[in-house]
Amino acid sequence: MRQLKGEIGVVAKADGSALFEMGNTRVIAAVYGPREVQNKGQQVNSKEALVRCEYRMAEFSTGDRRRKPKGDRRSTEISLVIRQTMEASILTHLMPRSQIDIFVQVLQADGGTRSACINAATLALADAGIPMRDIVTSCSAGYLCSTPLLDLNYIEDSAGGPDVTVGILAKMDKVTLLQMDAKLPMDTFENVMELAIEGCKAIANYIREVLLENTKRLECQRG
Amino acid sequence: MLQSKTFVKKTKAGRVQKVVREHYLRDDIPCGAASCSACAAVEHPLAADAAAILVVDTNVVLHQIDLLENPAIEDVVLLSVVLDEVKNKNLSVFNRIKALCSNKARRFFVFTNEHHRDTYIKEMVGESPNDRNDRAIRVATRWYQSHLGDNIKVLLITNDRDNKRKAIEEGINAETVESYVRSLAQPGLLDLVAVSTSGDVTMEDAEDLRPSKRKVIYSEHKPMSEITSGLRCGIYHQGKLRVNRYNPFEAYVGSESIGDEIVIHGRSNMNRAFDGDIVAVELLPQDQWHESKSFIVDDDEDYAEEDVHLAPNSADDAPRNTNHTQSTVASSAAAVVSSHPVGRVVGIIKRNWNSYCGSLEPMPMPAGSGGIAHALFVSKDRRIPKIRIQTRQLGNLLDKRIIVAVDLWDVLSRYPSGHYVRTIGDIGDKDTETEVVLIENDINTRPFSTQVLACLPPLPWTLSPEDLANRNRQDLRHVRVFSVDPPGCRDIDDALHCTPLPNGNFEVGVHIADVTNFVHPGTPLDEEATQRGTSVYLVGQRIDMLPKPLTEDVCSLRADVERLAFSVVWEMTPHADIISTRYTKSVIKSCAAMSYVEAQARMDDSRLVDPLTVDLRNLNSLAKIMRHRRCERGALTLASAEVKFEIDSETHDPLDIGIYQIREANQMIEEFMLAANISVAEKILKHFPLCSLLRRHPSPTKEMLEPLLRTTSSVGLNLDVSSSKALAESLDNAKNDDPYFNKLIRILATRCMTQAVYFCSGDLTFSEYYHYGLAASLYTHFTSPIRRYADVIVHRLLAAALDIAKLPPLFQDGPQLTGIADNLNYRHRNAQMASRASVELHTLIYFRTRPTDTEARIVKIKANGFIVFVPKFGIEGPIYLTPKGDKGVDWVVDEVHQRVTKPGTSVSYAVLQTVMIHMEVVEPQPHRPKLQLTLI
Repeated sequence: MRQLKGEIGVVAKADGSALFEMGNTRVIAAVYGPREVQNKGQQVNSKEALVRCEYRMAEFSTGDRRRKPKGDRRSTEISLVIRQTMEASILTHLMPRSQIDIFVQVLQADGGTRSACINAATLALADAGIPMRDIVTSCSAGYLCSTPLLDLNYIEDSAGGPDVTVGILAKMDKVTLLQMDAKLPMDTFENVMELAIEGCKAIANYIREVLLENTKRLECQRG
Repeated sequence: MLQSKTFVKKTKAGRVQKVVREHYLRDDIPCGAASCSACAAVEHPLAADAAAILVVDTNVVLHQIDLLENPAIEDVVLLSVVLDEVKNKNLSVFNRIKALCSNKARRFFVFTNEHHRDTYIKEMVGESPNDRNDRAIRVATRWYQSHLGDNIKVLLITNDRDNKRKAIEEGINAETVESYVRSLAQPGLLDLVAVSTSGDVTMEDAEDLRPSKRKVIYSEHKPMSEITSGLRCGIYHQGKLRVNRYNPFEAYVGSESIGDEIVIHGRSNMNRAFDGDIVAVELLPQDQWHESKSFIVDDDEDYAEEDVHLAPNSADDAPRNTNHTQSTVASSAAAVVSSHPVGRVVGIIKRNWNSYCGSLEPMPMPAGSGGIAHALFVSKDRRIPKIRIQTRQLGNLLDKRIIVAVDLWDVLSRYPSGHYVRTIGDIGDKDTETEVVLIENDINTRPFSTQVLACLPPLPWTLSPEDLANRNRQDLRHVRVFSVDPPGCRDIDDALHCTPLPNGNFEVGVHIADVTNFVHPGTPLDEEATQRGTSVYLVGQRIDMLPKPLTEDVCSLRADVERLAFSVVWEMTPHADIISTRYTKSVIKSCAAMSYVEAQARMDDSRLVDPLTVDLRNLNSLAKIMRHRRCERGALTLASAEVKFEIDSETHDPLDIGIYQIREANQMIEEFMLAANISVAEKILKHFPLCSLLRRHPSPTKEMLEPLLRTTSSVGLNLDVSSSKALAESLDNAKNDDPYFNKLIRILATRCMTQAVYFCSGDLTFSEYYHYGLAASLYTHFTSPIRRYADVIVHRLLAAALDIAKLPPLFQDGPQLTGIADNLNYRHRNAQMASRASVELHTLIYFRTRPTDTEARIVKIKANGFIVFVPKFGIEGPIYLTPKGDKGVDWVVDEVHQRVTKPGTSVSYAVLQTVMIHMEVVEPQPHRPKLQLTLI
């Protein structure tokens, strides 16, 4: 597992925000809400909060400067994935007729941006004080040269092996996200999956520490 | 501890990119020394009682790999920084050093200094990457010394003057390769030390530098930057240099930018390029494009002019323009402007230097030159120029076949310099020569390792009850199965049965040895077989792909024993229409293992009516129909002159030589094997459209068929080559009163064909799967898993398609499967070349004591002679019309009619004409016997 770093409250204007690093992957997440639904047409169920998510990669996030148009297929898909994962843990029924906006921006990409975004979003949601069932954490795992690998970086990811991204509710032991873009025999898949879950739990521990520290700091500020 | 590694890289598209990677440092990397108690490691390759632990630098690995491979050099630490540099600079050396490191018998250890907390260093400001790496090597050496304490000496081996000085300043023991090898006091080893390039510390440097005495022979290669810009603006052309097999002074460069082959005449124009090098070529002005007459250059002529005997430093005479072709062309007034562009090499982009087999040119022993002698090495491969080597054991090497590696070739010397690698054996000795053939074709003859042998089932193997209880395995022991093979065949991988059914149809089964039941994917046995790819059949010798107990006993479908098989069973009508196909694993018990002759005799003997013979006859009639149908579809019947030797059982010398006879029984077996292969190909492709291993045979191009058409049109025969069917028909019609004519045309046609190749079905489109020769849209190899690895793969695919076994993970990795297919193609080609070379070798031995007069056919006309083919022995060779030295101008070649005539006389020779020749082995140079053909 690469080195983790989490920081809360990096965007003062937002209700909650966090910076999360996994090795050289660095993402920033900002959460606005719960607030009034801006576009009533989007509201599907007035008894639950509307969760929206936008994922973007900064133009400078990868080595070669390519224009990353907003709304390309990849970011739309990842936005959707993050939204679904977060929705599963947010207690939306407590906040009827409101909306929660999650913005995640990749500052530096080195593999595993999806997982890093989910982890950053969790921190930011917690910072915003949005009620959640549990902490959602995510981690990827792969399988290269017949060894399972945890938390793939860009080189490992682009080597062509399978990439399994898992998101779990850490305490409840429930899977909220599972993605894989290759074929893998069932028994190796189970190994890889287990490894990824272990990684998720380690991240959950770390996130809990960060949150605890943050709470202590807030406590001190209040006196 | 985390460090980040930043470097700048150029992408394939030519853009420059900055890459940032994480770099983790650890403190638990073992040092690999057995005497070290601090490191917890599983393996200790470095011996506790080593005299010294050697740390080598990059250039030592790159240049002295032959020395490192010698078992005298042990206890070597390879730093990861060295390995990385080697990998970037020379992949083949990298593979060799990697093999050394993974070889358990050798005491080599890879130390990942770049990831060790104490040996990782950061690049300093203003330090070049090279200096940084040198420093890293020194730091690691020092670490080793302090880590292991003073009882073991750690020695840095470097040839770099600067590095050595700095190391000694820092208190590290450092030595050059030469001085270290000298200290080992093994004179033979010094020969292995490669000639060092300038700038390094050498002992010989001082005496060699006599600039007044040395002349520039070749033009300098252009610097790389100039070549790249020249290539871009189209002045230079890039391509692989291929030297003419019959004339080493002529080479071709296939250039994509021109779309044609560039011809290069003469060594000076080739400018030190070797066969297989990637070179940059500059075109010569058009008035220098001469039509090169196709000459057969005999190697003797080359030697006759050569009068260089080697005292030290005398090998670099003035450039000797033995450019045969050019001088002749110049003399003949009718210098036609060539259709091919002519060029010269200006730079070498990638070297293809290897080690070569050959012998030293005979020379007198130099008197008292301090033991060191310079000698010229002559490669067996004629495309390779002579190589200058230094040796201290000249007396021992003169009559031996040796291997030599090339080190450098500078502008001042006519020949490249190299160093001795190892001795194979006496020249002319059959075993030595056979080994040379094997080495030249990169065939692994090493005995199977213990790890491989450990994968074998316990012997003696018998059918176990579990095999019988297996629901996927059908019990076919009651069926009358038999096999037909060449006489003396021990590895029987196919058997047949043919049972009449009550409805008048036949049940025909092809049973193939179930090799995959014993060779499991991922085991050392499997890996070894993947590497070997195929068994190699030489005259009187077989080099197995699988260990002998498997090939000759456990898998071999011998008579009267129960064996496991993989069966394809068809129901066929008496008209050979396939009604149904069934694939199953099975248990069989063969009732007879016949030879082709035996089977043929049984079928022909009308008195025999036993069930076995009836089966044979049924099969034969079915096969005839199938064969006919296949030919209707356009399958080609090609011919080759396969030679059979009769070998003396004691001396293993050939006693008799003759053409291998093909009988109806051979064709019968072949037909069913083809059918089984096609059926299996269909089945596996249906289940695994992306990862099946198939075999295709591309159609020959127009250019390939042109020599055939020119020959046939000169004798008034028109071949239709528009499709395989048309070709097959016109070959059938190619008849005249000469009984051998048809066969000869077929042999010539066979030579124009492309090679059939294995491929992975995901790599090509369906239309490209076509097998031209068999006129089959799908084909694969299923029927010889004992001797071909492709069949093993196909067995696994078929088993997975039948849900008997799981598909090994390999098949999900497309590039790897393609890699395996490429390796199989390479191994097959090499195996073929080796068996051909082995036949050639035995022919030579046979005719050594038996000069013969025989009939031969002319197959190709050249300016100074022609190439003849001897049908009786399957030999091909040149016949010279003009005596050597006399440049043949008194014979006139008629290209259109493929005829060579002597002006003023009625003497002429045309292609396909029959001539009487005399065959005899002559030895123009000691130890270089060759078969000479002369006209009588």
